Amino acid sequence: MDATIASILALDGLSNGAVYALLALATVLVFAVTRVIFIPQGEFVAFGALTLALLQARQVPGTVWFLLVLAAAVAVQDLAAGLRHGQPAGRLAMQALRTLAWPVAVSLLAIWVAPKGLPLLAQAALTVALVTPFGALLYRLAYESLADASVLVLLIVSVGVHFALVGLGLFFFGAEGFRNPSFWDVRFSVGALTLSGQTVIIFAASLALIVGLWLFFERSLAGKALRATAVNRLGARLMGISSSSAGRLSFTMAAFIGALSGLLIGPTTTVFYDSGFLIGLKGFVAAVFAGLASYPLALVGALGVGLLESFGSFWSSPYKEVIVFSAILPVLLWRSLRDPHGEDH
Amino acid sequence: MKRFAFPAFAAAMLLLPLLPVPDFWITQSIYIGLYALVALGLVLLTGVAGLTSFGQAAFVGVGAYAAAYLATQSGLPPLATLAVGVALAVLAALVLGALTLRMSGHYLPLATICWGLALNYTMANMEGLGKYDGILGIPALSLFGVDLGTGRALHPLVWAIALVAALAVVHLLDSRPGRAIRALKSGATMVEAMGISTFRYKLTAFVIAAVLAAVSGWLFAHFQRSVSPSPFGINKGIEYLFMAVLGGVGHVWGAFLGSAVVRLTEDQLQVLLPKLLGTSGNFETIVFGVVLVVVLKYAPDGLWSFVGRWRPAGAALRDWAGAEALPKRAKPAAGERLLDVDKVRKQFGGLVAVNDVSFHVDAGEIVALIGPNGAGKSTTFNLATGVLPLSGGAVRWRGQEIAGRPSRAIARLGVSRTFQHVKMIPEMTVLENVALGGYGRTRSGVLRAMLRLDRAEEKRVFAEGEEQLARIGMAERMHELAGNLPLGPQRLMEIARALATDPALLLLDEPAAGLRHHEKQALAGVLCQLKAEGMSLLLVEHDMDFVMGLADRVVVMEFGNKLMEGTPAEVQASPEVRAAYLGTEH
Amino acid sequence: MTKLLEVHDLHAGYGRAEVLTGLNFVLAARQVVSVIGPNGAGKSTTLAALMGILPYRGRVVFDGQDLAGTTLEDRVMLGLALVPEKRELFGTMPVEDNLILGGYRAMKQRVPHWRREIERVYALFPRLKERRTQLAGTLSGGERQMLAVGRALMSAPKLLMLDEPSLGLAPLVVRDIFAIIERLRDEGTSILLIEQNARAALAVSEHGYVLETGTVVLDGPAEALAQDPRVIETYLGAQRPR
Repeated sequence: MDATIASILALDGLSNGAVYALLALATVLVFAVTRVIFIPQGEFVAFGALTLALLQARQVPGTVWFLLVLAAAVAVQDLAAGLRHGQPAGRLAMQALRTLAWPVAVSLLAIWVAPKGLPLLAQAALTVALVTPFGALLYRLAYESLADASVLVLLIVSVGVHFALVGLGLFFFGAEGFRNPSFWDVRFSVGALTLSGQTVIIFAASLALIVGLWLFFERSLAGKALRATAVNRLGARLMGISSSSAGRLSFTMAAFIGALSGLLIGPTTTVFYDSGFLIGLKGFVAAVFAGLASYPLALVGALGVGLLESFGSFWSSPYKEVIVFSAILPVLLWRSLRDPHGEDH
Repeated sequence: MKRFAFPAFAAAMLLLPLLPVPDFWITQSIYIGLYALVALGLVLLTGVAGLTSFGQAAFVGVGAYAAAYLATQSGLPPLATLAVGVALAVLAALVLGALTLRMSGHYLPLATICWGLALNYTMANMEGLGKYDGILGIPALSLFGVDLGTGRALHPLVWAIALVAALAVVHLLDSRPGRAIRALKSGATMVEAMGISTFRYKLTAFVIAAVLAAVSGWLFAHFQRSVSPSPFGINKGIEYLFMAVLGGVGHVWGAFLGSAVVRLTEDQLQVLLPKLLGTSGNFETIVFGVVLVVVLKYAPDGLWSFVGRWRPAGAALRDWAGAEALPKRAKPAAGERLLDVDKVRKQFGGLVAVNDVSFHVDAGEIVALIGPNGAGKSTTFNLATGVLPLSGGAVRWRGQEIAGRPSRAIARLGVSRTFQHVKMIPEMTVLENVALGGYGRTRSGVLRAMLRLDRAEEKRVFAEGEEQLARIGMAERMHELAGNLPLGPQRLMEIARALATDPALLLLDEPAAGLRHHEKQALAGVLCQLKAEGMSLLLVEHDMDFVMGLADRVVVMEFGNKLMEGTPAEVQASPEVRAAYLGTEH
Repeated sequence: MTKLLEVHDLHAGYGRAEVLTGLNFVLAARQVVSVIGPNGAGKSTTLAALMGILPYRGRVVFDGQDLAGTTLEDRVMLGLALVPEKRELFGTMPVEDNLILGGYRAMKQRVPHWRREIERVYALFPRLKERRTQLAGTLSGGERQMLAVGRALMSAPKLLMLDEPSLGLAPLVVRDIFAIIERLRDEGTSILLIEQNARAALAVSEHGYVLETGTVVLDGPAEALAQDPRVIETYLGAQRPR
């Protein structure tokens, strides 16, 4: 391997790594606030990519029906709980309305607008608008009532949610795979390297998101409130910050990041309804590297995973996944040496 | 009734192929047995020990591929291929366990997901293993001259192994190592204080689960006569966990129930759902996912807990009369300096919680450590018992330095303790909880337990447990479930458990907290009696009445400092102590 | 005098241990009421139940509203604030962020210029202003207590409940804290004080309740209680032959 090939591989690895970084950040975020190890994070990526692809094809994406089904399920769950506690009908109706408002509105918009064909950026915006609400809805369906459960139970629930989402993904999106167009069809020459416009966008978007997250958590009260819930749950509750609202917000953010990632990986990968799992897991390896706690380490870990994948596939293409996933073992070894005394359950 | 349930079930499963049952059901039954073996491992690992693995399917794959490869490529006899498969699985489990089990409980499942994927990709890409097509043409199993090539012939073997494994796990749970594994969920602090290594038993549970899965794989290879990567992927790994959770992950027989329910409905769903939804595809995953979440939310104990209610509880036995007593350690002479706490210091960041505090406990006396809330008493206690590391100073036990040693080692030296918030295993009986204290004085390991060779020693442990319970006045409650007791008896049970370790010094952390008046009196009586028998005690307490009537010497702490030391009368009369408790005018 | 808080027949506990066995007391607006007693009497349990951290049986009425069915967060929004025994600060966040988070209720209820409350807190606790960028976990015991109280004040509560404010603090610091309690009372905040340090607590209170094994055994005007020999008995145990 010479310097040119190495630099091409490095570029490839870093741009994939940038996407994994987004996923790793979302994973760390959700865990830090809710102690949920959110395995289905990758599904948001797949759904984002598929939604855009179907909009590109001027079809109404399955996401619309999926979203409506989820919103209806949450509304029914809340209604049942409210009736059991004897709450007034007016209040229950308002609650259902608040749950259904955005999903119904954005779905109607999508149904009306999809066959007309929109410019790429508008479709991207619509995709994000459709996928982001999945986060809070999933939280409310599967996790909210389990807020005090152990990390292990929450992990098993995540696996169940993953299973359900993959199966439902097949139903709503079909078995076909799609590639999305690049957002910026330009090529730049930097020395011996060719940088595609998409790569530039990936780096720019990742950077913007990282900066945005940093600003959110460091400067805004909502961000600090989220962090506070993770640092001291009782303390946060005593300030009036409920773990429910923290959970919903963090899951919404995770879905947003996932949808965005789905838009960005478009041209480089063919995405199927079940592609999300592997992508999400690579973000996971990075998050484990970060001890499920540190954002900068998650970034470093993700870039590392991307590089490992690209160099690994150069050396031995069929074993590239083996290399990436076996890499978690030395990471764990390092982690176990670094903090040998895990916390008590 | 209960005594006949198991033999009847076993006979039914072993003899099933002789009945005119269609081949389809025999095949289903074989799969249920194979799945149950794996789910059984998860019951032990997840249900009892509180850890989980999504990679059990990978261990099944190890056993299956070892059998397939060696059977087709080498002339090794089937039992040898089984041994190789199991050995590989054990090796993998030891490596993964050593890496993850010292850390928080959620690293293990993540490691198993990744490792399961890595292994699955290896199986799918290695030339020698046939890549995605796998290995075909595995010869029929032939053991001791008997040809087990057909489903009907293999069925009794599969179920014999599954039932033996279930029995082995049941025996294991009702034994010394079993109590240790059952205690893991209550947290490391108490378990280590009984002298038990939590890491070792977590690893044990993980390895046993891996062995069971590997055996299932070996059987699977010989049943299907071919192996390919797909049944050993992450989806199957998740499915095994699902079977265990659905059946009841805390119950051995839940593994069988869950496997049966999943296997039988899986077939039906694969036919039904595509018709219902109007398209083709594997939709049973939706049902699995949703049912898993629903079960965890609303019925976390699984289906077996519903069945279990119908089964009458077994009669409580008492079969250890005349058992030889457990070895006792030589007690120190009265007056010997037992515990020497020498200028200990503990700092948490900017906060000095304990500031160069010194005191000692001699053999045969009761010393009380008192002080207002926030004085640092419990912290001092935890420093002396190895639960917290020291920031400065020394702690000596009969002359040896014990600071910095793990609480396990300190427990073995003869220092035993109770906890401010009772730490016990609510699903075990009072006697079993107390028997946990006897861990350090007994030796039976996992293998002896599974083979039921530990009965003599178990009788000795239970006799000891009963004796300690009698000493504190609770012998008649020994077969009750510990979780059903009110707080007072739970605290007494903790003391009995500490006594079962045959300590030279007993440390009690707020033993009277939360007790009613008459319970406190009973406790004081017990402690006086223990002292009369020569036991040395160090207690931390708030209740002045309780302490003053009991202690020989009282050490008063305030703001992390030692305020004074003296007899109860001296302390009660001291104006500084009054000021410390009542506060001064400002 | 309007009753701000009424507690009727409160029963609460942890798991199977019932700690409060029928507690009754009242607190009027602009009053400081102390609940004193030895450890294990149930003082902290009382506050945990009132705040909604623990489930309980009995009736609690705050500012005319029955609190049955309300969550902890609801009660914070209604104007109850608790400074718990363990302070529950956000240790890895700086002092200023801890205070800002205290203003969450005020922000949600759109109290105008709620951020200006920080200046008032800094005026009360100048040491905190000096350390505004320091991480809360590195503060000394007294400073943590000040931060915890300051944070609770940021929500402009109607009733401030303090769980053992003098806990683990040096006498000079305790003096400062109690001076601040008096000042807060003078400025209109109602305070429910749970304390082991009976003398200091009674010195700043109008009314006191003595708690022992989950019920009130003595109550009366603070001055009277401060002189009552039975209070001393409850704390140190009666002299008894061994």
